[in-house]
Amino acid sequence: MVELDIQIPSAYDPFAEAKDSDAPGAKENIHIRIQQRNGKKSLTTVQGLKKEYSYERILKDLKKDFCCNGNVVQDKELGKIIQLQGDQRKKVSQFLVQTGIAKKDQIKIHGF
Amino acid sequence: MADEINEIREEQEQLAPFDPSKKKKKKKVVIQEPVEDLAESSQTEKSDSLPVNDGLESSFTGMKKKKKKPTESSLLNNESVDAGEDLDEIANDEQEGEEGIVLQQRYPWEGSERDYIYDELLGRVFNILRENNPELAGDRRRTVMRPPQVLREGTKKTVFVNFMDLCKTMHRQPDHVMQYLLAELGTSGSLDGQQRLVVKGRFAPKNFEGILRRYITDYVICLGCKSPDTILSKENRLFFLRCEKCGSQRSVAPIKTGFVARVSRRKT
Ligand SMILES: [Zn+2]
Repeated sequence: MVELDIQIPSAYDPFAEAKDSDAPGAKENIHIRIQQRNGKKSLTTVQGLKKEYSYERILKDLKKDFCCNGNVVQDKELGKIIQLQGDQRKKVSQFLVQTGIAKKDQIKIHGF
Repeated sequence: MADEINEIREEQEQLAPFDPSKKKKKKKVVIQEPVEDLAESSQTEKSDSLPVNDGLESSFTGMKKKKKKPTESSLLNNESVDAGEDLDEIANDEQEGEEGIVLQQRYPWEGSERDYIYDELLGRVFNILRENNPELAGDRRRTVMRPPQVLREGTKKTVFVNFMDLCKTMHRQPDHVMQYLLAELGTSGSLDGQQRLVVKGRFAPKNFEGILRRYITDYVICLGCKSPDTILSKENRLFFLRCEKCGSQRSVAPIKTGFVARVSRRKT
């Protein structure tokens, strides 16, 4: 008995999974995270925006749109990070997609 | 749409050449199925001409999926969308219900002049399979996860009581789960003397549940067959998830904590 393994060509993309994950070589994702501060307060951080963008300008727009305070911090390994007060994750994600700064599938929202 | 993709992927994986265990499975199907069928079916000879051979098998699983879709769709929705829903409830047996119905009207074409239709025949095949080779019929046992139990410790800490328990049901190392939970919550924490997870910050059971759901899709469930019966192993600093059911393997992303802002009170 001979068993044949025939690969049937299909629309399946063998690299689809690799693109999804943030394994090395995969596209850069933007991570939006939340952190709890004291009490009910929380903090939203945005990591991984392209370096070409002016973080200060994006921050200015974000602050104005969401009526919240925020700042840009420099991390040794991760580069510039935008911090915003409060849980702005959904809004930031919407903002980034609407302005074309990032595509929806690049944005990873973390947290609870 | 997503279902279609999954189906395609499933097919692909079943055709994938490397796994020896899978070949065995296929063979088993070929050998056993016609025998069972012969023994079982005295009434309809025609179904005997439906041996499950290698070529058919992949399309077979696909068809099965389609057939099951209507009954299961509501459940699936529950599971994926309704995060607040109690996990226990989902588990309980639509299988029983489904099976009961099918068994009652076992051969609806019997006693009438009409021919059986495709779906009826398909149902019959799966009933036979279920009776004789339940593992081949593809009815998965559902793994039941209990909802997270959470206590407040003081005002600033939360205790995840049944953390270990849930790690065990997922068959994952507590360290790995803990790393993921803490990274996602953006906080720090540790296990206490009673093996409970104590994290800094206030979190509701729902918060943990949502994160665990994501953990399960990312690090537990097999993408090919959706089985939670998987093994996570580390090879050369890379994590691989191997399915015990279908043998498929994929790499998974390492857990990254990412940026953690300093939120401790500023020194004045
Ligand atoms: Zn599998």
